[in-house]
Amino acid sequence: MQRYFLSRILQSLVLLFGVVMLVFFMVRITGDPATLMMPRNASPAQVEAFRESMGFNRPVLVQFWDFLRGAVVGDFGNSLHFKTPALQLVIQRLPATLELATAAMLMAILIGIPLGLIGGFNPGSVLDSVARGVALLGQSVPNFWLAMIMIIFFAVRLGWLPSFGRDEWKSVIMPAFALGLSTMGQIVRLTRSSTLEIRGEDFIRTAYSKGLLPLTIYSKHVLRNVAIPLVSIIGVQFGYMLGGSIYIEFIFSWPGIGQLLEQAIGWRDFPMIQALAIFTSLAVLMLNLLTDAAYMIIDPRIRYGAR
Amino acid sequence: MALDNPPYQHDADSLLDIEKTWAERLAYGGRFLWRDRSGVLGIIIFLSVVIAALFSPQLAPYDPLAQDLRNNKLPPAWNVGGTWEHPFGTDNLGRDIFSRIIYGTRVSLTVGFFGVLIAATLGMIIGAIAGYMGGRIDSAIMSLINLILSLPYLLFVVFIAAVLGRSLLNVILIFGITDSPIFARVTRGEVLRIRKSGYVESAISAGARWPRIIFDHIFPNLIGPLITLATFEMSAMIFYEAGLGFLGLSVPPSVPSWGNMLSNGRKYLTSASWIAAAPGLAIMYTSLGMNLLGDWLRDVLDPRLRRSRR
Amino acid sequence: MNPLLEVRNLVTKFYTLDGVVHAVSGVSFDLQEGETLAIVGESGSGKSVTVLSLLGLIPTPPGRIEQGTALLRTPLGQKDLLQLSKAELRDVRGGQIGFVFQDPISTLNPILTIGEQIKETLTRHLHLSAEKAKAQVIKLLAEVGIPDPEMRYKAYPFQLSGGMRQRVVIAIAIACNPHIVIADEPTTALDVTVQAQIIDLFNRLRRTLGMTMIWITHDLGVVAGLADRVMVMYGGRIVELSTVDDLYERPQHPYTAGLLGALPRLDSQETRRLVSIRGTPPDMLLPLRHCPFSWRCDYASERCWQEIPELTSTAPGHEVACFYDMEKGGLRDG
Repeated sequence: MQRYFLSRILQSLVLLFGVVMLVFFMVRITGDPATLMMPRNASPAQVEAFRESMGFNRPVLVQFWDFLRGAVVGDFGNSLHFKTPALQLVIQRLPATLELATAAMLMAILIGIPLGLIGGFNPGSVLDSVARGVALLGQSVPNFWLAMIMIIFFAVRLGWLPSFGRDEWKSVIMPAFALGLSTMGQIVRLTRSSTLEIRGEDFIRTAYSKGLLPLTIYSKHVLRNVAIPLVSIIGVQFGYMLGGSIYIEFIFSWPGIGQLLEQAIGWRDFPMIQALAIFTSLAVLMLNLLTDAAYMIIDPRIRYGAR
Repeated sequence: MALDNPPYQHDADSLLDIEKTWAERLAYGGRFLWRDRSGVLGIIIFLSVVIAALFSPQLAPYDPLAQDLRNNKLPPAWNVGGTWEHPFGTDNLGRDIFSRIIYGTRVSLTVGFFGVLIAATLGMIIGAIAGYMGGRIDSAIMSLINLILSLPYLLFVVFIAAVLGRSLLNVILIFGITDSPIFARVTRGEVLRIRKSGYVESAISAGARWPRIIFDHIFPNLIGPLITLATFEMSAMIFYEAGLGFLGLSVPPSVPSWGNMLSNGRKYLTSASWIAAAPGLAIMYTSLGMNLLGDWLRDVLDPRLRRSRR
Repeated sequence: MNPLLEVRNLVTKFYTLDGVVHAVSGVSFDLQEGETLAIVGESGSGKSVTVLSLLGLIPTPPGRIEQGTALLRTPLGQKDLLQLSKAELRDVRGGQIGFVFQDPISTLNPILTIGEQIKETLTRHLHLSAEKAKAQVIKLLAEVGIPDPEMRYKAYPFQLSGGMRQRVVIAIAIACNPHIVIADEPTTALDVTVQAQIIDLFNRLRRTLGMTMIWITHDLGVVAGLADRVMVMYGGRIVELSTVDDLYERPQHPYTAGLLGALPRLDSQETRRLVSIRGTPPDMLLPLRHCPFSWRCDYASERCWQEIPELTSTAPGHEVACFYDMEKGGLRDG
């Protein structure tokens, strides 16, 4: 088990190194990072001065070594736009995104799991159709579009909810729902299918043959087994939300890292984008390790290394 | 429940069962279609999108780029002030939204089709290597792939698109490369399963040559899961392309694509909401159809896959 | 005294997409207190469905019990299992009738400790307190021959071997001192040596607890050292019902004879040889109009294709459903 964790950490570090490499070489893939980062109307002299100041005229490997050394201690250079350390700006924006993603995840879990369970226990019923409908909608509705439609209805027409910003508790409702819908769909789908599967397992028949009450069977025997695949999807989806927040934060002017990314692209502020990419990857990889740990808690087969 | 003769498990076989004749496969698919009406819907929706892309000039009533500033921001036909001359209304420059939606299928399907083609080809090569080599190489490749798949995909796509600049080819390449790990994972799983099943070994011992084995045994087994996956991934790419377009990172702004239309429509959300609504509905329609189609294909081609999508 | 269990004319069908599966078609039998009845038949003969029907454990839909009675004798008089409410059935399951299923790998919940899985039966039916239940579980584990029961209490199924897991399943079945234990192919999934150990265990429990048992199997070889009586099923019907000794000595149904691999040759040479039964099991989708075995029977005559033979007594304690008299070598009278 410890060996398993060690190898997971090692793999994560390898991947993180890969991310740093990708992020570094990506801005050089077009040949000249200076022209990429400068405004299109910048004069050649300005570009040259910028290249000089960023050290882009040094040998690439020297630059990479510097970049790597900086990355290890969390120094990704200054944001071109704000002229302050990029990582600091990212961290400042983090709480807003975490709040949004957590709210979205809670919504997805609190609606998705019960719906999936109901569907899985009563396949073919009306509620099951609702569950399957939600699952399908979650897969086919683009969240950026849903966000705009919700603004038209709930903010512009009805005036119930604020259409942008992060000023009151009501602000989070629409962005969280838009961000969480596809995750909700996935959770419904997975909960429903694994409930259906577990329900048909032999050990459930054993539980019935013991004369246990249905409630005991569902909560103790079915639910705990269904929870195992759910843990991994929740972990993965949380990572997905950190990326998906770019649309939602952009549309709702939610001051998180997604909005920062969108702005940074507009400003051609690549040091900031690099910091965002590496930092978010690190967060996701740590989240993966947490998911692994959660797995061990609920699945004894993994805890004892039987699988 | 496992009774000693489960009487209701007759359909646990696959369309691509090697022992089936083509007539039997057709009949089998037909039976499934009949049972699963949503599959029919999926096929109809998908075909309608393909037809719209192939015959855009014939189907679209207007040039998608033609501006008509006197008739700008015309609402859809069913709204007050709308006319059937512009069924979905016009945008801020007076361009016909219906025509632009039809031409938009071309961008979406091109990105989806070629993106999947590249992703599937790359993925099959990587997956086949991993599945064939086995052992340490396999587990190293696979754990790396699983980690890559957990990274915030969209963030990297946006980053790369921002560096490379707006062009159709760039978008296709980005999706083709970044989506290949999923295909690699499925291919590798299938290759492992086929290797384990023993009939490749028996074919070798019966003197079959490698090309024969690949085409007779490995390929027919791979194609079912991969076609299913391709359908889902194509739908996802259409989705992501629109998302990139929305951020102004996909095809150039002059091209009528759904993403560009959405991005443009966002600016007129309060004054002319239909400009943004129409392309969103088009994406939903396509994605719904492809998901239904994919679900149906999964049931027909490979019952084992029913619960193993990412 | 009434038999402990009295099943009459049980009919169970499955309504599937491909048609109606006639899984059990009119099965009647008695179970006396203290005896072990073996139900023998190949896959799809309806032997499992018969016992699962008794406790409402068939999946519904598609399954449905169409008719029949199953009277269980209790201190409070007889009750018909097929007429009980869901709540009453739950009291019977695990409390008055214990179940042992075939595959010990899949019949235990993989993520709960075995102690927990035994304990929940006890608390459900006997309403024991937590400590008392735990003590009882440890006693049960010892009783079914699991070494270090205190330690094993906290073990998970995957930490035990197949034989040990089956012992756990048996402990669950006998936990509440049930009137009847039904074992559905309990040794099929096990190694031969482990099979013998489990059969020994059952024999011991039978003696020490005076257990009444229904033992379902497709293997007549297992039956000999264990059962008192044997019920042979084919195509959802009973084809022969007899004491073990009688059945082995004088099988009356061609199918039983085929199972025993001792089909007497027509030239009446007493050479014992292994004979496989030709043909495939019957298609259960068709409603039966004639003897289900006639397709595969060497002795089938005109009549066998026109009528369904009823179960008739040929000797004391020996019933058979066949028109052909194996001993005389011709059609039976009547």
